[in-house]
Amino acid sequence: MAKPLSPPKAKNPLLRTRVPANPPGLRSRAATGFSARAAEGILALQYCSACNAVSYPARDICANCWSDDLEWREIDSAGEILASTTLQSSTNVYFRERMPWRIGTIKLAVGAIVLAHLHVDVNTGDTVRVIARTDKSGQGVLMALPTKETPNMADDKAMRELTCDPKYRRVLVTDVRTETGQALTKALLAAGAKKVFLGVADDWKPFPGKAELESLENTEFVPLNVTLDGSVLEASKSIGAKVDILINTAQYVRPGSVMSRNGTVTAKDEMEVNYFGLHRLLQHFGPIMRSRAADGDNSAVAWVNMFSIYALSNWPAYGTASASQAAAYSLAQNARADFMGSGIKLINVLHGPLDDEWHQPLSPPKLTGNKMSGSIVAALQQGIELTFVGDIANDFKDRWREDPGVLERELAHNTHID
Amino acid sequence: MTVKRMSYEGVVAVAPVTVPYIRYSHQTAHWWLGKALKALSDATGLRSADIDGYCVSSFDLFPDTAVGLTQHLGLSPRWLDHIPMGGASGVVGLRRAARAVQSGDAEVVGCISADSNHVDAFRNMLTAFSRFSQDASFPYGSGGPNGNFALLTDAYMKTYGAKREDFGKICVAQRENALKFPHALMKKPLTLDQYMSARPIAEPIHLFDCVMPCAGAEGFLVMSEENAKAMNLPYANILSTIERHNAFTEDPIQLRGGWAVDKDDLWSMAGVQPSQAKFLQTYDDYPVISMMQFEDLGFCEKGEAPDFVRDNTLEVGGSFPHNTSGGQLSVGQAGAAGGYLGLTEGLRQITGQALGAQVENCDVGVVAGFGMINFDRGLCSAAAVLGSA
Amino acid sequence: MGILQQLGEAIDSGKIRSIDLTHTLDPDFPVLVLPPEFGQCQPFRIEEVSKYDERGPAWYWRNFSCNEHTGTHFDAPIHWVTGRDLPNGSVDTIAPDVFTRPACVLDFSAEASADADFILTADHIKAWESTHGEIPSGSWVLFRTDWSKRNPTDYVNLKDDGAHSPGPDGSAIRYLVEERDAMGLGVETIGTDAGQGHTFDPPYPAHALLHGAGRYGLQCLKNLDQLPATGAFLVCAPLKIKHGSGSPLRVLALVED
Repeated sequence: MAKPLSPPKAKNPLLRTRVPANPPGLRSRAATGFSARAAEGILALQYCSACNAVSYPARDICANCWSDDLEWREIDSAGEILASTTLQSSTNVYFRERMPWRIGTIKLAVGAIVLAHLHVDVNTGDTVRVIARTDKSGQGVLMALPTKETPNMADDKAMRELTCDPKYRRVLVTDVRTETGQALTKALLAAGAKKVFLGVADDWKPFPGKAELESLENTEFVPLNVTLDGSVLEASKSIGAKVDILINTAQYVRPGSVMSRNGTVTAKDEMEVNYFGLHRLLQHFGPIMRSRAADGDNSAVAWVNMFSIYALSNWPAYGTASASQAAAYSLAQNARADFMGSGIKLINVLHGPLDDEWHQPLSPPKLTGNKMSGSIVAALQQGIELTFVGDIANDFKDRWREDPGVLERELAHNTHID
Repeated sequence: MTVKRMSYEGVVAVAPVTVPYIRYSHQTAHWWLGKALKALSDATGLRSADIDGYCVSSFDLFPDTAVGLTQHLGLSPRWLDHIPMGGASGVVGLRRAARAVQSGDAEVVGCISADSNHVDAFRNMLTAFSRFSQDASFPYGSGGPNGNFALLTDAYMKTYGAKREDFGKICVAQRENALKFPHALMKKPLTLDQYMSARPIAEPIHLFDCVMPCAGAEGFLVMSEENAKAMNLPYANILSTIERHNAFTEDPIQLRGGWAVDKDDLWSMAGVQPSQAKFLQTYDDYPVISMMQFEDLGFCEKGEAPDFVRDNTLEVGGSFPHNTSGGQLSVGQAGAAGGYLGLTEGLRQITGQALGAQVENCDVGVVAGFGMINFDRGLCSAAAVLGSA
Repeated sequence: MGILQQLGEAIDSGKIRSIDLTHTLDPDFPVLVLPPEFGQCQPFRIEEVSKYDERGPAWYWRNFSCNEHTGTHFDAPIHWVTGRDLPNGSVDTIAPDVFTRPACVLDFSAEASADADFILTADHIKAWESTHGEIPSGSWVLFRTDWSKRNPTDYVNLKDDGAHSPGPDGSAIRYLVEERDAMGLGVETIGTDAGQGHTFDPPYPAHALLHGAGRYGLQCLKNLDQLPATGAFLVCAPLKIKHGSGSPLRVLALVED
């Protein structure tokens, strides 16, 4: 049984903050295909399109028939542990700091033999559920879990290395004026967050729901206007070293395509929040979080962005907003590289239209704050770096992956612009 | 496949040399390989120009291969091979060189193997050991071979009932042999109690199941029997050899090696029975793999190695002399030179030139190699039956 | 001795003091809030260009950006649709002597304190004149409410039905423009109109009537409590922005002890 996590103690100020070390992050290009899927929480192996043989480790050529047509397919997560060991020594600093460490040889139901990290509750001979996740190096790894929930399952040491569970962690929600921000605050507290910092821009401007937020325990309001460099800087100075998870809920979306608009002010406002807001947050909070990524149970673990799915391909009805989301999404890719090596996960949550005043005339489905916050908390708990929320985003993802060129033309032809 | 294998008759191996091992070295693999050539020259009187073939094994030669080494060491061979097969390199080098000499492509082939051991070199080697290791093994705890062999050992123990005491008996016997071998880095006796109470490294593997990485070099020459006689060099005959790579891919976990595919060929070509062998040098990076070799080379049935160990004494002078110099477990593992250690020791035993304990009436002996944990298992296996002149 | 020379000596001797009526331009200072579907007033933003660092080793400088109506600012006639066609209605074309004028300070801070929606009427102005004398022609009229002393939330004072802050009604503006030929109205609040000015008839009377008559506005003033009811002299030149509808500016009042 996993030892239940206890609330982390206050940091001893005399001890040096541990510098992040990482598990090995070197991978072949083929294995990076595994990582890309693991980042979405998808367990996928290569299958040969010609002979249907399964490949592991990732190959460039099918070992059975020498075809080069290998495709990634999501597989059954069932497996059996053939052998296991507890490592007491390692050549790698990251693992050395976390000894002892359990690994095992697993025979997957699909036939492949894999090495995997082991949850404390599984042993040789057990049937297990195998998951694919990214580790602190940002690369995909496998882990074998019990098939059924066990007590304190998520508290397992190896598991917590792969996840960003809010339990006992301190979270900054950058904008709690929004329905998502408020729902998220409650969901994080329900998930055991130690504290939620509530970012509020222009606190002289009242907003619905404020009174309820004020009534919540373990929260603290923080003046934070992502459009103002000084405001972000001040917030980072006051709470930056306490933020384990940052969730950027600040978004500015207005309907309109470029030629339906007069001038650039609205588009700039969108950029100020969606792009430059993220830019400022990354510059002021990013380096502090990066330096705290190995600070024991109190360490910084995740940075969460919410992006409209139209960051991937422009929806002309919200044309300039889509453009600013695309810019921000691109910046997040930059940030992923900057966080690489620290162990902080950059989580992108891509969503369809939210059920807010700026999407009011749209027909459903639209995403409620509860749906968004549920997906964000689940991504953190599961350690998933990329998640698509709702039917529209998932449908859009499939179409985009199938053929981005077709999708772009569909969007251009099928969007009615007032 | 119906082509009959040719015998190695008329081709012999001579002049086993060892450049004494040290724990850490700031020298390069080039330096250690050069020292091995110098040792070969000292042993035989041959100069660079007299050796027209070279076969090289080393992990640490990067960015060079055997090619760069020719210019570095002033060689101008007409036959050159580079064998990156780790623990199988010695036997494979021998069989490659023997065919070159037999066919006349080369007259004298120098087989050399060496690695240096800089501080942290072991970790660096593991990091970039192989693509499958990098992609699918090293990220899981980075235990290196300890992790992989712990899993194999776990499975082997559960499948065949081997106990830690059985592995301990192998290690204790090898230490006994090593105490008489001048180049062994381990100089203190080892008791079974010490073995059993050692700290765990990766359960079920404990400290004395593991080799100590070190720096060192090994070498020997392959030439015609005629030349050996003319030079008055003691020589070993090559009765038979085998090699196999990536065998038994369908086995979910490695409980047997490629020797099992080829063992009948090995013995029939040699024209001897396992019971006639006076010694066995296994590749012993962990005792479990020695047990597999007992089985897969035909010294006992599959799964019976634990009993075989219990029923035999493994020291020189015992019922089944095994790893007579102490093996890597007690001498040290000098990188790729570890793949030569059993062969140079086998050549010394069969030619009556043992540096430590000499096996008596040593007319037939077996040397096996095993190498390259690519992901979850060792891929290369090889073996040779040597006969006295 | 000429008048200006006398002025210089009076300043030098401390007989005449300059009072700064300006808020610091601060990104956190509130700006006017309009319904979200309208274009919004940008707050004051600053970005560092260099600070004796790799971006400029020996110098410190910054970019700033803001709306023309950010912070303590000046409203030109063309700011409002009623003044759009007036000649010389933008900040760059206004005659400069507009910017140097005497000022009267009408203190209604007690009334504003009692009622955030206090409305200044022509009768209030006439009552003030009965005590302090008639407002001289061509003067700035400064409406003191002590609003500048409030914290940002109470300053903007937004409720579900919009902002609540004091301001004039149509009668007050007409009186000032038509009867007193006032140069403009200066206020401490975020706009010259009351927070609920959009519900007045006409809506936004200060903006509509002042600018329609070619007069000017000053907003977000402070330190009006340090000025005498009469006798202060205002120096308030906006930036010379081409076709500017207004501008942040430094507002100074000269007072004689």
